[in-house]
Amino acid sequence: MNTERFAAQFPQMQWDAATSSWIVPHQSLLEIALFLKTDPEFRMDLLSNVAGVDWLSSKEKVRGEDGKPVERERPGYLEVVYHFYSVSAKQGPIVLRCRTDGRATPILPSITPLYRSAEFQEREIYDLYGIVFSGHPDLRRILMWDEFEDFPMRKDYVSPDDYEWEPTPHDDVLERARQHRREEERRRA
Amino acid sequence: MDDWLKSELQRAGVFVTTLEWVYNQSRRSSVWPLQFGLACCAIEMIATAAARYDLARFGAEVFRPTPRQADLMIVAGTVTKKMAPQVVRIYNQMPEPKYVIAMGACAISGGPFKQGYNVLKGIDRFIPVDVHIPGCPPRPEALLNALMFLQRKIDRQTLGAAQPLRWYDPMDRAEFPVPACGAHDLVPTHTRAIWKPEASPRPLT
Amino acid sequence: MLDLGGANAADGEILDAPLYGPRSYRVFGDDALAKHFLEISMGPHHPSTHGVFRMDVVLDGETVVRLKPVFGYLHRNHEKLAETMSWLAAIPYTDRLDYFCSMTNNWAYVLAVEKLAGIAVPERAEYIRVIVGELTRLVNHICLAGFLLADLGALGTPLLYAFREREKILDIFEEISGARMMCNYMRFGGVRVDLSPEALQKIHRIAERFPFFLDEFEALVSRNEILLSRCQGVGVLPRHLAVNAGVTGPMLRASGVDYDLRKVDRYGIYDRFEFRVPLGEHGDVYDRYMVRILEMRESVAILRQALAQIPEKGEIMNPQAKLRNLRPKPGEIYSRIESPKGELGFYLISDGGPCPYRYRVRPPSFINLTVLEDMCLGQKIADVIVIFGSVDIVLGEVDR
Repeated sequence: MNTERFAAQFPQMQWDAATSSWIVPHQSLLEIALFLKTDPEFRMDLLSNVAGVDWLSSKEKVRGEDGKPVERERPGYLEVVYHFYSVSAKQGPIVLRCRTDGRATPILPSITPLYRSAEFQEREIYDLYGIVFSGHPDLRRILMWDEFEDFPMRKDYVSPDDYEWEPTPHDDVLERARQHRREEERRRA
Repeated sequence: MDDWLKSELQRAGVFVTTLEWVYNQSRRSSVWPLQFGLACCAIEMIATAAARYDLARFGAEVFRPTPRQADLMIVAGTVTKKMAPQVVRIYNQMPEPKYVIAMGACAISGGPFKQGYNVLKGIDRFIPVDVHIPGCPPRPEALLNALMFLQRKIDRQTLGAAQPLRWYDPMDRAEFPVPACGAHDLVPTHTRAIWKPEASPRPLT
Repeated sequence: MLDLGGANAADGEILDAPLYGPRSYRVFGDDALAKHFLEISMGPHHPSTHGVFRMDVVLDGETVVRLKPVFGYLHRNHEKLAETMSWLAAIPYTDRLDYFCSMTNNWAYVLAVEKLAGIAVPERAEYIRVIVGELTRLVNHICLAGFLLADLGALGTPLLYAFREREKILDIFEEISGARMMCNYMRFGGVRVDLSPEALQKIHRIAERFPFFLDEFEALVSRNEILLSRCQGVGVLPRHLAVNAGVTGPMLRASGVDYDLRKVDRYGIYDRFEFRVPLGEHGDVYDRYMVRILEMRESVAILRQALAQIPEKGEIMNPQAKLRNLRPKPGEIYSRIESPKGELGFYLISDGGPCPYRYRVRPPSFINLTVLEDMCLGQKIADVIVIFGSVDIVLGEVDR
């Protein structure tokens, strides 16, 4: 696979060496996917995996204007990772990652019109991460019930307080038990 | 009637027993389970019904797909919060007398998935359970044992007026409220009449 | 039989296929539904939905005009739980994904972590993995054949035959791992327990006798007139749609696409074995059934070769492999294997911590269900059960 030609075709992409993937601006995701699907050299006809990832805001060190390292707040975002393979040419994978602007109102284009395999996976990401895929034909909750309001796979999700005593509590279970106790005392007071 | 007279009569071809014994014997020998599998344990339930373990030896091989014809509900597998209303509804649809076996760690308490946000921490929060079988999944022998345990439980039921059977009470419908799926959790999270949260027995620091 | 290895006309068919959007959303509006269509909800408690699966089916007479699968009744939060626990502790949870094939689930996860952390596997352990993996494939496919025939109305007998063979294999699993179904057998850098000579002897016996069982099974059902008339030409899945919808495994090969990850990726030591990849021609239910029967025969061939080649003695665990407190370097991996249901992938992101930052399972049976509606549209309601049975799903993996 001649990835140089691919990179030259779409200069808006960014190669991420640490994860061997291309960071794609969401405006051109469909265009790039269509190229991968139809180009006779790549023939990426199988979209194998679509995964959502939640990146919370974090501190990162960057080089400031005066050349000294400065600590800066990196805003959190949600990310969708696409793994493309080629069935007909038996090659792959090509990994694309698409990031949302912030975590408040995450919107990404849906790839379902090009690849049917994304249909349920995008619904799952919508259900568990809350990313809205514009252009998806049937974007509903898929695993949780329709009345559910949270996005449970997000890193900052707090599950409902239904702790019950366990004979062998440990670590985070113990922490939940303490929280539960505090909650109960607050309710009583 | 003492045992000597009983055996003498039996020798003469007369079988004497109580109505209660006949009643219990016929019910315990034909406990029809509901054909209802939730997760991994359901496969062991099928294996129990298959030739090697042969549930038919205990008269319980007739798996009924409809709750209206079933006596026993084997809750085989993880009950999720999305599934819990359906389980309660199916239980309500079963005719009396009805029994419940909670098969496997998940049905008892949530098991390995207990900390999950969508996993019900035990089906006994919503319906009364007669027999619990631990294991993940329990072996087929364990299910057979649970069935024998249930049969012994049926044997102990009396027709006498001292302890009247619950299901002859017209006021006792043995139907339990079906929880609703709320915005964050099931509403209510448990049925108060049959389940109380256990207080933690040791102080948490 | 189609060859997709080189550029030929068949390739163009996949590329030039129309852009598939879900079709049925545009079939009718809600007012049409009110007039003469019947909407029924099959499941989640239904004897033929293989667990707690639900389909919202809209019927015109007996013909299906819309079918919407509803998932989530067994959503056990596998991914969320695995992100809160150590890398090692997730292995027993993978057992419970696809509870027919715990060995291949272990293998897929362990392989992904090995690639992420750079752990080598000793040769004997690789052979043991192939042996238990192929035994798992036998268990899965024979149970599928039994369940499919039960869905067709052959209640009991074929399923009892299938479970008889399954018990023989589960005995071996119990001997080597201590559990019948939830084996929890593989570890990063090897397997937990060595195969004893007696266990190898038993596997030998299975490899010898299983083809005879298959002959018997096939003599009973494969040419059965009812089976033929209910399966042939029912639920046809065209190959371009199969590829586009991400269908993998025996279902994809039944549609005539030569794509077996044991041949394509050659993970583990699958490049050392000679086996053929059975392909279907029509992509109907019967092809899906036959492909699985033929795959079992190839699995037996792989078993025989593995048993002949396995080194007599050797390590089964890489001594350098670290199980507890494993902290792989920050990075990510997507690794996939050919599980009996299809392409089972694990997408893992490590941030250098004691537990995975992101743990994603690519479940084959979940994605194979994408095409369920396309296969069922225009068919009769009785055939929906058969088509659904031929997809081969396990709800633990669909909902996770």
